[in-house]
Amino acid sequence: MIDGVARLGAWVLRTIERLGFASRFFVAILRFSGASFSRFRLTIREIYFEGVMSLVIVGVSGLFVGMVLGLQGYDTLVRYGAADSVGVLVALSLVRELGPVVAALLFASRAGSAITAEIGLMKATEQLVAMEMMAVEPIARVVAPRFWAGVISMPLLSIIFSTVGIFGGYLIGVVMIGVDSGAFWSQMQASVDFRDDVLDGIVKSFVFGVAVIWIAVLEGYDSPPTAEGVSGATTRTVVTSALAILALDFVLTALMFRGT
Amino acid sequence: MNRNRAVDFWVGLFVLAAIAALIFIALRAANASSLSSAAVYSVKGHFNNIGALKVRAPVRAAGVLLGRVTEISFDPQTFEAVVTFTINAKYPFPKDTSAQILTSGLLGEQYIGLTPGGDTADLKDGDTLEITQGAVILENLIGQFLYSKAAEGGMDKSGGSPGGGSSAPGPGAGPAGGAAGGAASAGGPAGGASPAAPASGGGGAAAIPSPPGMAAPAGSAKGEGKR
Repeated sequence: MIDGVARLGAWVLRTIERLGFASRFFVAILRFSGASFSRFRLTIREIYFEGVMSLVIVGVSGLFVGMVLGLQGYDTLVRYGAADSVGVLVALSLVRELGPVVAALLFASRAGSAITAEIGLMKATEQLVAMEMMAVEPIARVVAPRFWAGVISMPLLSIIFSTVGIFGGYLIGVVMIGVDSGAFWSQMQASVDFRDDVLDGIVKSFVFGVAVIWIAVLEGYDSPPTAEGVSGATTRTVVTSALAILALDFVLTALMFRGT
Repeated sequence: MNRNRAVDFWVGLFVLAAIAALIFIALRAANASSLSSAAVYSVKGHFNNIGALKVRAPVRAAGVLLGRVTEISFDPQTFEAVVTFTINAKYPFPKDTSAQILTSGLLGEQYIGLTPGGDTADLKDGDTLEITQGAVILENLIGQFLYSKAAEGGMDKSGGSPGGGSSAPGPGAGPAGGAAGGAASAGGPAGGASPAAPASGGGGAAAIPSPPGMAAPAGSAKGEGKR
């Protein structure tokens, strides 16, 4: 009993400490991010690894998510004689919710885990220490470019996801099922608002990008320098990112929700 | 350096793809028109019933989109709905313009339709429209139709056949008449004697479940139309 209380207390203290370290680390990234912009080449390299290399999985998933939305949406809407609205359903669900969320989940598992493993391994093989010995700040040279690359890539990936998804919905709705193409696009246009729907989605994906990449670099930088430690950190990155994305999504959706 | 050139190329392509995607969504999937914050003037209208009108619903004249509803409130003095909406400043309207709440299609969203009047003075920002017509509530309409149909049927019967004088269908048989316009009059001859119209109820019983079945999705689809 006493043991349990003690463990609970230790856990609380550890969590608070970790949160403090995470915040301090975030500030340090911001402080040392000068180099990632003055030597933008560093960041571009990371955008290549995080963004461009995630394109295939994001594109393919987007296509399939859009096609599934098209099929399911048609199946439901046709009962109400509103099959023409399948475009609205696909576009709104993708732009507002699924695009940012699913793209961020994919990004966390595709790029976030890789970054954690990379930085963790750099730490385990004492490359980060070596940098410090050479008076190179590892946060400026290693962490910040990866961080900004993630922040930049995430909204781009989410937009591409939504677009490919809408195309997938078009393929199913118009090409396969035969919903009228004009009605498909015009109803979509009438219901999707650029500022309220598309920009909200981009804001969401930006927030998700910051959260995911922050967790990824933090877990990597903080991982115990052992093989086990790196593998644990990689797992934690994916799990924590997924939870953070879904929780943040709820908060953001609630904030952006307008009744009436 | 050579290797970096390839990286740069792919990153550039990635950014271009994202920009193209954004432009596609902005122009093809969304109505980017809301971005262009064109000059507008806002006008108020008091309606006795706005139905399912929502903020951001379109304002049209002759079917052309000219503005959007910006605010819906309730006036506790007159117990009327006050709808504020904007009209593009490019299109001045006469002062005696009337506003109606219309529905696009049977299940479509509701919008405000403007019918210009003949006044020489134009509407100014903040003006209130004098002539308005609220939303048509389908349920009321059906009720009225039934009532008039019933009254008509009752008149016919009392004039025509001696036995069927009291065949006016009770409220229970009502929906049946709504389903098939002729049901009330068809039920009339059959249900001759009884004023409660059990006979027409019998004929209509099969039809009753179907009209609510059709009406319910209509209501939910309307709610769904604009999220």
